[in-house]
Formats: sequence, C-alpha cells, structure tokens
Amino acid sequence: MKILAIDTSGLTASVACLENDNILAEYTVNYKKTHSQTILPMLDEIARMIELDKSTVDAIAVAAGPGSFTGLRIGSATAKGLGLALKKPIIEVPTLAAMAYQLYGARGLICPVMDARRQQVYNGIYRFAGDTLVTVADQRPIAAADLAREINSMDASLTKDGVIFLGDGLVPCGAFLKEHIEVPVSFAPPHACRQRAAAVAALGAVYYKEGKAVPAADHTPIYLRKSQAEQERERAEQKNGHT
Amino acid sequence: MKDNIDILAIESSCDETAAAVVRNGREVLSNVIYSQIDMHTVYGGVVPELASRAHIEKINPVIEKALSDAGMTLDEIDAVAVTYGPGLVGALLVGVAEAKAIAWAAGKPLIGVHHIEGHISANYIEHPDLKPPYLGLIVSGGHTHLVIVKDWADFEILGRTVDDAAGEAFDKVARAIGLGYPGGPKIDRVAKAGNPDAIVFPRAKVNKSVYDFSFSGLKSAVLNYLNHAAMTGEKVDQADLAASFQKSVVSVLVEHTINAAREHGIRQVAMAGGVASNSALRAAMQAACDREGLSLAIPSPIYCTDNAVMIGVAAFHEYEAGTRSGWDLNAVPGLRLGERGK
Repeated sequence: MKILAIDTSGLTASVACLENDNILAEYTVNYKKTHSQTILPMLDEIARMIELDKSTVDAIAVAAGPGSFTGLRIGSATAKGLGLALKKPIIEVPTLAAMAYQLYGARGLICPVMDARRQQVYNGIYRFAGDTLVTVADQRPIAAADLAREINSMDASLTKDGVIFLGDGLVPCGAFLKEHIEVPVSFAPPHACRQRAAAVAALGAVYYKEGKAVPAADHTPIYLRKSQAEQERERAEQKNGHT
Repeated sequence: MKDNIDILAIESSCDETAAAVVRNGREVLSNVIYSQIDMHTVYGGVVPELASRAHIEKINPVIEKALSDAGMTLDEIDAVAVTYGPGLVGALLVGVAEAKAIAWAAGKPLIGVHHIEGHISANYIEHPDLKPPYLGLIVSGGHTHLVIVKDWADFEILGRTVDDAAGEAFDKVARAIGLGYPGGPKIDRVAKAGNPDAIVFPRAKVNKSVYDFSFSGLKSAVLNYLNHAAMTGEKVDQADLAASFQKSVVSVLVEHTINAAREHGIRQVAMAGGVASNSALRAAMQAACDREGLSLAIPSPIYCTDNAVMIGVAAFHEYEAGTRSGWDLNAVPGLRLGERGK
C-alpha cells in the first residue's frame, strides 16, 4: 500500500509518501512562501528522491480541514487533480486528528490548537486507547477561554495525566491556556508541534484499511465555518424574521 | 509522431468552473461550463469565498466531462493549460492547483494562460482567417481594454478603464433600477423596448486620454437621475433609462475603437468578453465597421462568457512558441495584459 499525503491547512506546507509501514519521504517547510508555489515542487522533489512510480500509488491522503480556507483548497485541489489523473481515491484526514496522531502513545489528553483568528482556535480533543486515537471532543472552532473551561470541567479520569497542547494556536493562546487550565499542561516539542504530512499519511493508512477513502471528485474541504457572506446573510435574515 | 495537438484547458478565474479540449488551437472537441450564477444572484454579485468553494466541488466532474465529451483519455492529451490570472485569487488557485497536479501526475507539460489573452483568442475558433495585427476590444465584468494585438502573444494597450469595468457598470445600473444580477443580459433585454435618446447621460470617457474609459461617472449620473426622479415623484421609464445608459456605454466603446483603427491604420477589429454579447454593442460595432470598411470578428455568446475553450486556444499558441510553466506556477490575481508570470 502506497499513500501520498498533503497538508497545506496552516502555515506549514508538507508532503509525504508512505509505503506500508514506512515513510519513504517527507518534506515539510514552514516558511513564508505560498503553498500554491511550494507544494507541487515539494511533491516533485520527493517523487524524484524515491524514484516514485506514480502508477503504484493507491490513494492520496489530504489534511481535509479545518484550516485556512485558501490553504485547504490548495491541498484539496492538488489531491483531487492527483486522484483524477491517477484514478485513485482520496482519504480525508481531519487536520486536528492528524496533528494529534503525531503524539502516539501519549498518556494524557492531546489537544491540538490552530489559530482560527477572530479570538478562536480550531481544536479537537483526543487520547490514545492502546493503538487507537480516540476522539474526546470533535474538531470545532472555539474560544481559548471556552476550551480552558471545557477541560477544567472534564472528569478527572480523563485529565489525570494532564493535557499536551500542540499547534500554531499556541502562539496567540498558549500562555492563556497554561494560566487558566487547572490540570498539568505541557506543550509538544518543535518536531511534533505543527502539521506534518507523515502523520496525515499514517492516520490516512488506518482510515484506508477501514475503507474510508472517497472518490476524488467527491472530496471537499471541511471548513467548519460558513463564508462571511453567508453568515452576514443569515444574521440579516434572522434579524428581519424577528422584527 | 502525432499530427494534432490536443490541449486540456481549465478556467476558474471567477464564477464559472470550465474545462475544454481544443485541437490545434482551432477545433473545439469539448466545452464544459458550470455556471455558479444562481448561487451568487441572492448576493447581488460574485462572492469570492463561495465561488472558490463551488469550484472545488465542481472541478473534477467538469474536467472529466470535458475529457469524455471529447472522447479522450488524459494519456492522449498533449498539454494541460490553465488560467493563472487575472481574476479572484481564491478561485484561480483552485484551477491552478488542480491543473498542476493533473499535469504532474500524467506527465504532461503545463501552460499557464492569461485570462484576457484567452478572451481575445476566442475569436480564432470561429474566425480562422483572423491573424495579428488587429485591434482588440475586451469588455467584461472585470475588464475593459482596447489593445493592438501585434502578434499572437504581443499586445499594446491603447486604452483601459480608469475605474469600473464596462460589465460592472451594467451590473450596478441594473441593481439600481431593480433588474438585479447579472445586469448585462437584463439591461440588454429591457433596453430593446426603450428609447436610447430619451435621457442624455454623460459619455464614458476620460477627458485627458484619447482611448481610456471611465464608467463610474456615468453610473453616478444614472443614480442621480433616479434620486432626482424619486424626490420629484417623476416616473422613471425603466426601458428608456436602460436604453439610454446602454447607448452611452456603447457609443464610447465604438468611437474609441474606430478612432484607434483610423489612427493606427488597422483594418481588422475583434471583440471579446462577456459584454461583447450585448446586442446593442454588436449591432453598433458592426455598423461602424461596415461604414469604415473594417472586418469585425465577434465570438458567439458561448465563447464571450468565461469558458475554457478560449484558454485552450491561447495555450496552443503558447505551446507552439515553446512556453512551459513550472510546478511553482502561482495564481496572479492582478496579472496585466502582456505580462508574463513565470
């Protein structure tokens, strides 16, 4: 089984190729260039390094969201184009689950946070039960204060081993979370603190074996938020409806 | 060695998701357009984020239909072409990322195409005799340019709008008189029953410049007229207003084009872009060209609106010239005419 994986959901651009239990290549760049310019040259580079025969690819795994809307679409359109040309399905991996999967074996709660602007982070809460990544709270946009309250109100059996945070949401909110959460809080080290396509590939492989791949044509990003225009329109309609 | 060059072209710069297969820059093997217009109508115009989301949803089926309508597989395609600017950046990025991935995975060359050059190139489909040099008038919802097409990919810009695009003026005026979006076709239809000389509006000209256009003053004049009528309780004849506004736009477009043809001694004129399907503009430009003894090319309406055939046509000339884009091709929302990205 061979999986190409892409993550362009945040500031980090990352591609990887997984063959069975082995990451053949991973290329991750967290620099200011736009994903649109970098992602395909990166994929091309690893393909040459590992002498990839593209016809042997079984599926394309993509960090499907949440994330920057434009970033997600660059990854999704790339994955869809690959899927169309190679006639292979797409494995949609929730961005935050893939981030959490980097901390395999952690005893405490795993709490990835992405900067979602508007005083919010994108977050899901996860833990490992043996080999399996278990979702404690589904990914959603949430205010840091609400996230702290939610963790503080959790049953002690879930939080007794503390909470590990990771992700670029720590840049605006890390200090706040550390201060307001009442159980032990730690931050993941740099190699496991941002999006990585190797984790998208590895969790994607688990989903693939569970039969969760979708036709490339059907894949769309998981935005978790409506567009500004839709939100404004709904607000206006609600207002008119109530008067 | 294969005789024909077949190009798969993709266009997603605004609110149409389109793909086509074009043979040798002339022959249309398929032309698939998914228009998002109904989705944007409730907002009174194109919402960029919604356009981008719709592109992602439709792009694979649209491309697959373009290939199947052409009776071709990706293997038989010689190159993949895509619009990389100008346009809405989020919308452009979907097509660019998709096209790059397809070309890379299929081992085909990639050709980035300028959207406006595509519009002009639409003329080559139905006018096989049209060759540079000629005068091109590109009028759409986003663009208003008068150019000399000196060679297949060499343009000299004579004039452009200094504010709104021509199509934008149609949209804004249509909204003001309650016709809604999209304004171009609606004003065109309503104006047929109106008197174009009923109201005298200012011409869409710029005083100091010979060939530039300005539509915002005209738009303001229409709004002022409506305000004045509302205050004095005068009844506004929608058809007369639409016809008079339209005449004001059309007359300047025609006048600039004919003056440029005279000044530069050019005998061929070609129009392009969504507004080129306006019936009053088509009729007035035809009459003026007939009077001056100029030949006039106008694409059928289906090739005036955004489509991928025109991208495939423009890409053929780039292909023949040896142009190949890199895997780092990026969307360039403000790409200027004649400008080359990388």
